[in-house]
Amino acid sequence: MPLLIRRAGFYLLAAYAALTLNFFIPRMLPGNALDAVLTTMRGETTPQELAGMAAQYGIDSKQSLMAQYFTYVAHTLSGNLGFSTSKQVPVTTVLGGELPWTIGLIGSATVVAFLLGTLIGIVAGWKRGGLIDTVVPVSAFFQAVPYFVLGLLLLIIFGVDLHWFPIGGGYDATSRTVTYIQGWNWPYVSSVLQHSVLPASTVVLASIAGWIVGMRNMMITTMDEDYVLVACAKGLPRWRTVAIAARNAILPTISNVTLSISLVVTGAILVEVVFNYPGVGLEIFNAVQSTDYPLIQGILLVVTLAVLAANLIADFAYAALDPRSRREA
Amino acid sequence: MTALDPALVGPPDGSASDLLPGLSPRRSRATRRMPPAKVLLGGIVTAFFVLVALLGPLVAPHAAGWVANTSSGTPQPPSGPLWLGTDNMQHDLFSQLLVGSRSTLLIAFLAGAIATVLSVAVGVTAGYLGGVVDEILSALSNIFLALPGLLILMVIISPLPVPDKGNSLVIGFVVAITSWAYGARALRAQTLALRGQDYVVSAQVIGERKSRIILFEIVPNLLPIVAASFIFTVIYGLGVYVALCYLGVVSPSSGSWGTMLQSAQSNSAIGNGWWWWYLPPALCVALVGFGLALLNFGIDEIINPRIRSARTGGRDVKFQLGLTPVVRQASPEGEPR
Repeated sequence: MPLLIRRAGFYLLAAYAALTLNFFIPRMLPGNALDAVLTTMRGETTPQELAGMAAQYGIDSKQSLMAQYFTYVAHTLSGNLGFSTSKQVPVTTVLGGELPWTIGLIGSATVVAFLLGTLIGIVAGWKRGGLIDTVVPVSAFFQAVPYFVLGLLLLIIFGVDLHWFPIGGGYDATSRTVTYIQGWNWPYVSSVLQHSVLPASTVVLASIAGWIVGMRNMMITTMDEDYVLVACAKGLPRWRTVAIAARNAILPTISNVTLSISLVVTGAILVEVVFNYPGVGLEIFNAVQSTDYPLIQGILLVVTLAVLAANLIADFAYAALDPRSRREA
Repeated sequence: MTALDPALVGPPDGSASDLLPGLSPRRSRATRRMPPAKVLLGGIVTAFFVLVALLGPLVAPHAAGWVANTSSGTPQPPSGPLWLGTDNMQHDLFSQLLVGSRSTLLIAFLAGAIATVLSVAVGVTAGYLGGVVDEILSALSNIFLALPGLLILMVIISPLPVPDKGNSLVIGFVVAITSWAYGARALRAQTLALRGQDYVVSAQVIGERKSRIILFEIVPNLLPIVAASFIFTVIYGLGVYVALCYLGVVSPSSGSWGTMLQSAQSNSAIGNGWWWWYLPPALCVALVGFGLALLNFGIDEIINPRIRSARTGGRDVKFQLGLTPVVRQASPEGEPR
């Protein structure tokens, strides 16, 4: 399948560009940011860490920029993302603890938003001018509000005022009645679920409008197609006709995943900060505050690669669903 | 389409008399001139906040350094003289809100403008020239689409020297760099469609220069899409700038809505129930975004009338399968509505 190979090639290129950007950004920043960081750190860091930083960034070393670059690429490819200066552990260890939280949050919220949004979009498009269609401007409100502002508002209403949900964190450490042990036991899992309701709803509310509007507008366009008319003329039950139109209308929506996924990820990262959710987003926020460059770069790289991977999956799904896209390439 | 029996293509509830007037393209002049309600409402909300941003800092009741008193360390709730109360340092929050609107909207619109210029340049060039240029520019914009912009902004901006962080132009430009790709993609697609149109081809045949064809034949016909992508990037820029301020990456000396949220957060205003500190800026951001989004919706519907949503109160044309609905603005008798 030449199309898929081309797409995969593009994503490899994009991943390489991200890697390269990741290497050059801290070095290209004005005022030699890294040196500034190092000077502020010199008092607090041990000589070993300084040596580690030097090895990572080539500071104080006599290596040329290109040599540093190749070392960096080689390290990254072998899974060595460096050593977090603020946490005193390898960056991969930090990420390993936090990625599941973020992937769980974004993944579940995106699946819910996609399914729900597409369904609402189908109905809104089918019964245009109907009651459901009035949902569209309302959902646009949630889309236009920045994710974290929406998160703040939800937090204020449901967390602070109504006390329905906890106001932050990923789980309870202890409470009056139970001591929580991390793992697959009901008290812990339920606590995690309870803590994830507000952040996940924020992401769902903020991202669902895109799906609704896209699906609705595509449904309206598709319903004018002759094959829908034929399906209707031949006396198929109403829901079968809708299904035929929806199946074709959903294709552009899937290709829109590419556009939306990096926005969703970025937004979700802010939501984590608002809700103090123990994921990658909160971590990069803390890392920026403590100018922990290895950690910042590691998170940036992993998030970018994850977004690219999600895009690749969306492309594959599109090719699987639409035979035309396979043939044209 | 008119030849179709309505009973065949839809539920029998739409009688022919209901349908036929709706299919006629005739509309009264007055209703055609009126912009859709969404555009009107969105425009009013947006214009209001632009006015606030322009005039707010001038009419703010108190200067930034003003304090209500020096003895108390707890924020005061809203009261007669202090409409929105004070923060924990006893600064007037209403003044902060007015002053902060300027930098917030300035950056959002600046980023939108710069990003739009970039996206027109990239998108139209790629779409019109095609070939290798197109391949390269498309790949570039796809890469920018996939990169998580806010994270990169955090990394780029946080080590900048303090004067640069306070410089609206620098921040607006950096935000624009991460947001032009959406518009470029849409503009490229539309340019591709326009390139084959007869009037463009005839301009080519006459021997117009490429730059002239692009500027005077193509770009004017892209204006609705340019406007839509401008508004989209303004919304994006607003969100990103408020987020950057909220995260403390940018802290403009004049303050912004994001800065207010940030100081509220760092003083745990939410836990303490000091709602007058964080709620007004959050609502303002939400409202500006909403107004702009409504405008964008309206523009979308002007570009593509088919997606127009009409709550016609059941008296007018019913949207039917297989019929391209044209919303009837006047009733059959011609009475104005």
